[in-house]
Amino acid sequence: MAKKIKISELGSLFNGMDVESLEGVTIEGDIELEMDTAGGLDPQLAYMLGHETAQVAQHLINISRLLGYPVDQLFGAMAQAAVSGVTRPQELLRSKFEVGRMDDWKNPIQEVTLGATSADGGSRGSTVTLGGENALPYYFDSPMPHRNFVTMDVFDMAIGMAKAVKVNYEDVIESPAEWAKKVVKDFNADMVTIHLISTDPNIKDTSPKEAAETVADVLQAVDVPIVIGGSGNPEKDPEVLEKAAEVAEGERVLLASASLNLDYERIARAANQYGHAVLSWTQLEINAQKELNRKLMKQCDVKREDIIMDPTTAALGYGLDYAYTNMERIRLAGLNGDDELSFPMSSGTTNAWGARESWMVKSPLKEDSDWGPREYRGPIWEIVTGLTLALAGNDLFMMMHPGAVAVIKEITQSLHGSLERDTVDISNWVTAEV
Amino acid sequence: MKINSPLEVYKYLPQTNCGECGEATCMAFGSHVIDRSLQLEDCTPLLEDKFKKKYLELSELMAPEIREVTIGVGERAATVGGDDVLYRHQLTFFDQPALAVDVWDTMSEAELVERVKFITDFKKFYVGRFLRMDMIAVRCTSGDPGTFRETVSKVMENTELPLILCSLDPEVLKAGLEVAGDNKPLLYAATKDNWQAVADLVLEHDVPTVLFAPDDLDTLKSLAGTFLEMGRQDLILDPGTNPQGTMLRESFENFIKLRRAGIKEGQRDIAFPLMSVPMTAYLTAGDEVSSSYWETVLASVFTVRYGDIMILHSIEPFALLPEMHIRDTIYTDPRTPVKVEPKVYEVGSPGKDAPVIVTTNFALTYYTVESDLASNGIDCYLLAADTDGLGVEAAVAGGQLTGQKINDEFKKVDFDFHEKTGHNTIILPGLAARLQGDLEDATGLNVMVGPQDSGQIPPWMEKNWPPKPK
Repeated sequence: MAKKIKISELGSLFNGMDVESLEGVTIEGDIELEMDTAGGLDPQLAYMLGHETAQVAQHLINISRLLGYPVDQLFGAMAQAAVSGVTRPQELLRSKFEVGRMDDWKNPIQEVTLGATSADGGSRGSTVTLGGENALPYYFDSPMPHRNFVTMDVFDMAIGMAKAVKVNYEDVIESPAEWAKKVVKDFNADMVTIHLISTDPNIKDTSPKEAAETVADVLQAVDVPIVIGGSGNPEKDPEVLEKAAEVAEGERVLLASASLNLDYERIARAANQYGHAVLSWTQLEINAQKELNRKLMKQCDVKREDIIMDPTTAALGYGLDYAYTNMERIRLAGLNGDDELSFPMSSGTTNAWGARESWMVKSPLKEDSDWGPREYRGPIWEIVTGLTLALAGNDLFMMMHPGAVAVIKEITQSLHGSLERDTVDISNWVTAEV
Repeated sequence: MKINSPLEVYKYLPQTNCGECGEATCMAFGSHVIDRSLQLEDCTPLLEDKFKKKYLELSELMAPEIREVTIGVGERAATVGGDDVLYRHQLTFFDQPALAVDVWDTMSEAELVERVKFITDFKKFYVGRFLRMDMIAVRCTSGDPGTFRETVSKVMENTELPLILCSLDPEVLKAGLEVAGDNKPLLYAATKDNWQAVADLVLEHDVPTVLFAPDDLDTLKSLAGTFLEMGRQDLILDPGTNPQGTMLRESFENFIKLRRAGIKEGQRDIAFPLMSVPMTAYLTAGDEVSSSYWETVLASVFTVRYGDIMILHSIEPFALLPEMHIRDTIYTDPRTPVKVEPKVYEVGSPGKDAPVIVTTNFALTYYTVESDLASNGIDCYLLAADTDGLGVEAAVAGGQLTGQKINDEFKKVDFDFHEKTGHNTIILPGLAARLQGDLEDATGLNVMVGPQDSGQIPPWMEKNWPPKPK
C-alpha cells in the first residue's frame, strides 16, 4: 500500500527533529514521494527520529541523494546504518559463523536390541539395536549411534490393501512365511512384523495355538528379528500374544502391544518370562505414554532395555501434526531427563494408507485440481508420513510399500551420515537443464 | 521476542483498561500480544503521541527473532520468516514456507504459459480452505538478458504470484527488474563473486534478495553482515541444498545451525528466513518419477527443519499434494481448537427428503464430510456429535460415540425427526456400523449404515437413497 505525499508537505512532519542541517537544502517542484508503509522501518532509527517522520525522512533522504544533495555527510553514521541507498562497502565485511551445542540434552535414550543370535540363545542371523541417542535425530550435537530400521508388515490372512500395495504381494498373500521371505529377500526389510489379525473374534477367531504356529512358520522362514502383532482386540490379544511369546522363546521379539485399554500385565509377564521386548502403545497423549511406561516398569517389572514406545502415527493430512509434535515432545523430554519417556520409538507408518490421497482414484471434490495417478500418491504419502516422524525422533518404521521402504531408508541413512553418494555441484543449479 | 510474559507487556501499555482493543483489560490484551493473536497496533491509545516512546520500545522487544520478509505485491504477496521458537509446540510457527515452482527462459512460449497457469491455479481443499502454491521462480537458462526480460514479462502477464528472479549474472537480474521491479520480486542471488553488482540493484530497486553461499556459513554470514551494513533487512539466506549423501547431511546441519543461532542465541546478523532448493534433486541421475519423489523428500525435510522458501521443479500432483500438506502440518497452529461446535448443521438447503447423517466434531472429520457433501450438492442435515474432538473410529472404540449419545445430541438441539423429515431415518458412518442396533433402540428410528469413507457418499446415496419403505 503506497500513499503519495508532496515534498512541500514534508516540513510539518519534521517538527522536533534534530535535522537542522537539512535547512540548507531546497528541493523545488512538485515531486511526489512513494511511501511504502509496509517496508523496512528500522526501530532504532524510528526511535531516534520519532515514529511519524521516520519513513518520510528515509525517503526524503533517498530522493535528496538522487537529486545530488550530500545527505550522507549531513546525516552521518546514523543514515549509514539504517537508510537504504547508502554507499555500499567496497569489500565484503568478513565474519566467522559460530553456534553452540545444546547443553541441556544430558540424558541418553535407552538402547534396545531386538532379535537374538545363537550366541544369545536365539536363531536370528542378525540383531537390530535402536535408541542410544543423545540429541534430536541427525543433529550435529552428538552422533546418532544407530540408524533407523524398517520392519515390513505381513498378515496371517488375505486382507484388503490399496492397489499400489497389493500388486507386490498377490503371489504370497495366502502364506505368511512366503510373504515374510519376500519382504526380506526382495524388499530389503530389516525386520518382519507378523500381524495375527485373524485371531479377532469378529474376523476368523483363529485360536492362539494356531496363531502361534504361524509365528513359528515365520521364524523358520526368515532369520531377521521379528515383531508379533495381535489383532487389536483387547480381550483376545493378551492370550494370543502369550502363546506367541512362548513359541518364540529366546528370539527376543517385540510384542505389539501393551496398552492401557487391555490387560498389559499379561503381555508384560509374557515378555519377561520368554525374554522379549514390549511395545508400549498409547494414543497421541504424552501423559498416557508416561503412565503406561511407568506401569510397565514399576508394576510389571519390565526392564528399561525391553521397552519401545508407539505413541501413535496419524497420516499426513489426517492428524500428522499431532503425531509429529507428540513424538518431538516425547523425545525432547527424554533427552532433557525424563526417564519415563527416554525410550526408542516405533511408528505404524502403514497408517498413511488410510489417507484418501493415498488410494482414491481421484479427488471426491469437484473444486480440487486433478490429483494425478494414485499409484504414485500412495507410496509418497507413506514416505512423507514416516520421514516427518523420523525427524521428530522415531527409530523404527512399520511399513508396507517396497518403494516407500527404499526411499525411507535412503533419506534416513543420508541424514544419519552413513550413505556415501557422489557430491553434486549445486553452485550452478539455476542454469541446469532439467 | 525478547519478552514472554503478559506482565512485562503490561508495563508498556496505557493501563487504563479502556477496552478499545476488544479485550476487557490491558493485562488480557498483553497475553494476546504474547501469543501473537493480537498486534500492538490493536491498542489504539498506545499509538498516541504521549505513548510513542513506550510503543517503540515495546515494538522492538516484541519483534520476532527471525525477520519477516515480504515478497510480491497485492493479494498473493507472501511473507516468510517471523519465527520465535525452534519447536512448534513451544508456541507455533508463523508465516508458512512459500512454495515456489520454477519456469525457465528457454521454454517455448506455449509451454511457459501453460506451466505458469497450472502453478497459479493448482489447489486442494483442506479443512475449510484451499492449499495452494505461492510463487514462480524464473530461471535464466539462456544466459541472455533480453530473453530473460521477455520471459519475466510473459510470466507477469499470466499470474499474480510473486516472482523469484533467478540468475547469478547481475545483467540478467537487471533486465528482469526492468519489467518486474515495481512488484517486489525476490532476487536470486548475491554470492561472494557478484554481490557488489547485485547490491547496487537491490539498493536501486528496493527489493528483497537471497544471499547464496553453498556449504560456507562464514561467507553467508559475511554477505549478510555486508548487506545489513547497507541497511537491508529484507534478506533470505540460502546455505545450499545438497541433494544426497553426506553432503545432504551437511546441508541439514547448516539449516539447524543457522536457526539455532538466530532463535536460541539471538544472533541478529543471521536471523533471516532460509531458502531451500529441493530442485537440486534433479541434478542427480534418475528418471522423472524418482527425481520428483526425491525432491518431495527434500522439501519435506526442510519444511520440518526451518526452510522458509522452497524452489521446486516437479508439478506432478503426487509431489505438490504432499508438499502442501507437510507445510500445513508443520505450520498449523497447535493452539487452535481441533473441534467444531457440536450441533446439527444444515448442508445446502435440506427439505423433508434430505438425509440426516451422523459424524463427529473432530474438525478434520467434520470438514472432510461436510465438504464431500457440499461439493457433490447433497442437501442434508449433518450431526457433529460431541466426541471431544475424536474421529469416528476412535470415538466408537473409546465409547465417546454410542447410540444413546447420538440420541441425546439430537434431543439437546431439539431436532425433531417427525417434523423435519418424512423418512425418520438416520445414516451412521460405516466406521460406526456396530452402533446400528443400539441407535435403533435408543431412537426408535430407522438406522442405515453409510460408507466407511465420506468420499463414497455420492455413489452410496445413488444406490440407497431414498430408503425403501419397509
